[in-house]
Amino acid sequence: MILQRPGRLAITLAIIVSLFLLLPLLAVVPVSFTPKRFLSLPEGEWSLRHYRALVENPAWGAGLWLSIRIGLISAALATTLATLFSLGMWMLRPRFGGVLMGVALLPMVAPPVVSALTLYFFLITLGQANDLVAYDTLAGVALAHTVMIAPFAVVLISVALAQVDRRIDLAARAMGAGVARRIFQVILPNIRFGLVSAFFLTFVLSWEEIAVTLFITSVDAVTLPRLMWMGLRDNIDPAIAAISVLLIVLVTLVAVSRALHAAWRGRKAG
Amino acid sequence: MRQITRSLVLLGPLLILLALAYILPFLGILRWSVTLPEPGLGQYRAALSDPLILSVFWRTLRICAVVTVLSVSAGYAVALLWVWGGPVARLLTELCIFIPFWISVLTRAFGWLSILSNRGLVNSWLEGAGLIAEPLALVRNEFGVIVGMTHFLIPFAVFPIASAMRSVDERVLMAARGMGAGRARIFWQVFLPMTLPGVLGAALLVFVFSIGFFVTPAILGGGRSVMVAELIYLRIFQSPDWGLAAAVSVILMIAIAGFLALLLRKMTPGDAR
Repeated sequence: MILQRPGRLAITLAIIVSLFLLLPLLAVVPVSFTPKRFLSLPEGEWSLRHYRALVENPAWGAGLWLSIRIGLISAALATTLATLFSLGMWMLRPRFGGVLMGVALLPMVAPPVVSALTLYFFLITLGQANDLVAYDTLAGVALAHTVMIAPFAVVLISVALAQVDRRIDLAARAMGAGVARRIFQVILPNIRFGLVSAFFLTFVLSWEEIAVTLFITSVDAVTLPRLMWMGLRDNIDPAIAAISVLLIVLVTLVAVSRALHAAWRGRKAG
Repeated sequence: MRQITRSLVLLGPLLILLALAYILPFLGILRWSVTLPEPGLGQYRAALSDPLILSVFWRTLRICAVVTVLSVSAGYAVALLWVWGGPVARLLTELCIFIPFWISVLTRAFGWLSILSNRGLVNSWLEGAGLIAEPLALVRNEFGVIVGMTHFLIPFAVFPIASAMRSVDERVLMAARGMGAGRARIFWQVFLPMTLPGVLGAALLVFVFSIGFFVTPAILGGGRSVMVAELIYLRIFQSPDWGLAAAVSVILMIAIAGFLALLLRKMTPGDAR
């Protein structure tokens, strides 16, 4: 280990890159306190008006609430579908499994803009037959997000299943457990961490989704990212800085506490 | 018989959803590309001969190549510290990689606007210091797009490189040292070649990702340096030409499929089977 500690040059470069990675996250902090109505730095006077705007303008609350609902629905749907699929792949080991897996992962590997156009086509076609699951509706966005995030859940759950000892399942089967019992009482409890992380990841992905959402919404189903997009494109609104600071603080708190927790556990174990 | 029922119940739901909501509509896009505005391959011919669209393709390739080289080099330096640094350095680098990774692309693009725009940090400081009279044009051009995309893609470059570095056998390095190689020589002739598959994998991954990029170029390019993905958006919603947008999407899909096939072939020899 001592042998290949990075040299001084490598450390300097790594520090520069690390600062580069943090830079834009730090830069939004002063901007969020500007007293002006456009993107600028506060000169002398710091103001909370943009944070107040987040509370006072009902659009932000509505976007937040819509994003939470869409995130919960699509994460639940995606995790359920992905669990069924991964269980099928693990228990039945179907022929052409590679092809089926490829199909399941398609929305993850295709360029987002192509997926966006495809889902736009899907929702306007579907919208001709019904008003519920259509372009610019909550159900439509939730369904489109489900398609986009399900592959990520498939990856996480399949990885979790790959670590399950097949002999546990064989034992349950030999003792006469039916398929439902094997799934609910033997396999699922063994992959519960995989299920939870799949739900968490898919929720975050739906919560942040913007490329597809831009194509399939206009004025009714305005999610939080869509609202931020509108504030960024036309006249850059410093309220975006305020909401960004709140999101960055949230992510940083979670990341730091997880890292500290891991370090603490590592020390306890070692 | 029971096997078929089980397959349907377990594998069916997701595959049916994807068939209906993804594969069929994609065939619809394919149909648009050869029927709008009139039947034939006219849109493909237009996409591959119109100088405006060719310049968008060319710009996309150029930006993605630059971004790939930058993010892979930067990713290599960070990965080195993340994998081989001391415990504190490792923890700090990990946070620097993961915090941006979990933050939405919009927030990150906005962060770069705050730094690079006319009234942003850089221009305010330079003007305050009296170094420039006019603000420098740092966004709404390719420079801004490259900075923003590189920032987004560095974490994706770090993961494959770090996993290649973790699998390097330290005894090989010791052997090189034992035979009298200096630090620089060990790095360039032993360590770098051993981690090269990870570097190539990272480069392909970043390149494939960057080709379909949409949000960062749209915000930091400000409509001036349009890339392929934004071209599709504009041709659907701003100056409608659905047939062309569909044709460009199909071309993009084929290009990505080609790169992915390459990526898979690169990955398989390393697969322990």
